[in-house]
Amino acid sequence: MEKKAKIFVTLVTGRTIGQGVGKESGKSTATYMENVAICRIDAEDLEKLRVRENTNVLVSTKQGSVVLKAVKSPRGSHLGIAFVPYGPWANVVVETETDSTGMPTFKGTPATIEPAYDKSVSSLKELLKQEFGK
Amino acid sequence: MTTVKAVTCPVCGCLCDDIELTIRDGKITKVKNGCAMCESKFLSYNEHRLMKPLVRKDGELVESSFEEALGKAAEILANASYPLLYGWSSTSCEAIRTGLELAEEIGGVIDNTSTVCHGPSILGVQDVGIPSCTLGQVRHRADLIVYWGSNPWSAHPRHIERYTSFSEGRFEKSEWRGYLSKTKALNVRKKIESAFRKIFKEKDSAPAPPLKSPYPALSKKGRKLVVVDVRRTRSADIADYFVQVEPNKDYELMQAFRALVRDQELDVDKVAGVPVDYLEEIADAMINCSFGIFFFGLGLTMSSGKHRNIDIAISLTRDLNQRTKFAIMPMRGHFNVSGANTVFTWQTGYPYAVDFSLGYPRYNPGETSAVDVLLRRETDAALVVASDPVSNFPKKAAEHLVKNPLIVVDPHLNATSQVADIVFPTAFVGIEAEGTAYRMDHVPLPLKKIVSPPNGIMSDEEILAQLLQKIRALKTKNQKEAT
Repeated sequence: MEKKAKIFVTLVTGRTIGQGVGKESGKSTATYMENVAICRIDAEDLEKLRVRENTNVLVSTKQGSVVLKAVKSPRGSHLGIAFVPYGPWANVVVETETDSTGMPTFKGTPATIEPAYDKSVSSLKELLKQEFGK
Repeated sequence: MTTVKAVTCPVCGCLCDDIELTIRDGKITKVKNGCAMCESKFLSYNEHRLMKPLVRKDGELVESSFEEALGKAAEILANASYPLLYGWSSTSCEAIRTGLELAEEIGGVIDNTSTVCHGPSILGVQDVGIPSCTLGQVRHRADLIVYWGSNPWSAHPRHIERYTSFSEGRFEKSEWRGYLSKTKALNVRKKIESAFRKIFKEKDSAPAPPLKSPYPALSKKGRKLVVVDVRRTRSADIADYFVQVEPNKDYELMQAFRALVRDQELDVDKVAGVPVDYLEEIADAMINCSFGIFFFGLGLTMSSGKHRNIDIAISLTRDLNQRTKFAIMPMRGHFNVSGANTVFTWQTGYPYAVDFSLGYPRYNPGETSAVDVLLRRETDAALVVASDPVSNFPKKAAEHLVKNPLIVVDPHLNATSQVADIVFPTAFVGIEAEGTAYRMDHVPLPLKKIVSPPNGIMSDEEILAQLLQKIRALKTKNQKEAT
């Protein structure tokens, strides 16, 4: 069996206009999930992973793993950087260490990405059940 | 049909106060002048909202009466030994004031969302001070604008249009037309490149920042825009200079700028992945401007270095003030996060992460900040007001929040309200309730009541006042019983 491709990236979380519109529309809406449960990956990194756009990928850090939809980065190259919009999906994998400042490291966490063809992206309800049991 | 003018938008820290709303049959039907987030809020706030208080029974959230929910919430908070009161940045200053009174009454730790936003900026400012200004001064006078670790096009969509490059100031003009021609030229270039790729089947290589920019900052007239970010954003597309810094290397880059501004030579070719020639050109633009401004975002506060990145950014601003006029301002996210810091400071002396457990306010971010308190598993109950920490905190911190009794006061059905034990639906501040909010430059603006809230739905301030009253009554009763 062929070994799954895996890439090492720096994970950056942040705002997008879609996330902003989604959160104002309502966090239970499909708009929110479509804009937040994604991972923007550089085109060259997608090739290394041997996956097409809109394929599910497993993003893992030492904090945990989450399945997200891979999206090709819309502009410019950022090889080795994966971008996930702020939200409950990103929070599963962000670094908790605050370095005594109160601020967790939401940007610049080392992470791995691998294809997850057989896994689906959890809805907000499923994710809350999975992570918090409620 | 009525039109309400000069409405303040309760979404981001820009607090745009030129929104026009059309009201038909008590509903907002049209939004003028707003950005996509503003439209989304005003047009869809009424969908996916809670209408009745919810209480968790047998593992399920079920509708309850306001009195029942209030009684249970008061009991939880009055009996808690170390409750966390979190949120506050998306409500009015008046509600925040009541929240602080409540925190003092129950001896809890109270923190606002700046703890996971610009908290490190506050720490940096407390270390070295801040030379700042109002957005009006930027609009009329700034001829060099730097967005560092910030993507205003996504997070503050009208910031560029209202206050910086595309705003028509008294002394500085809008760069909108220049941007249009630049966009057209870029599109043509992209089409040509794409055609070449198709013909020669060549792979596109990662473009380095151009050393000979088509818009050299030194010779260009009018406002100049510099964007520093780890990835190319839409804001970067409109910039005269885009600096693609390697992740976690902002401090290094900032130090390089400090050296260049002091006319020192760098004996390396690149700093943080950026050619030094390119940095020298930008440093020249900084020194030669009449009034420059740094707007910095979470790219600095959330990456390695955190508050030290802000220290150094302010120090760079101080260095630049030896050569010209420069100011610096954080790009605040939530519409009243500046107000939360301001009211916290008035009432307690500290801007966030305030601990009342000893009966007097104590402030020590890293110890008394929400995420740290939760990671150490110290709290035994929580009250969340106008915020969604389950969506915004790392999972491990949220886990402890969810494990203990959780009370939510919020109009939205968000991730936190879905896992809470008691939920109070409230009126939307700035739409259904009035109040005061502080813009990112600390200018207070009134939030209007545009339409009436649904029957039985109260504002955050009213609910908190009732909760406080109930807790006081309960504590008096408990004391009487004990004696």
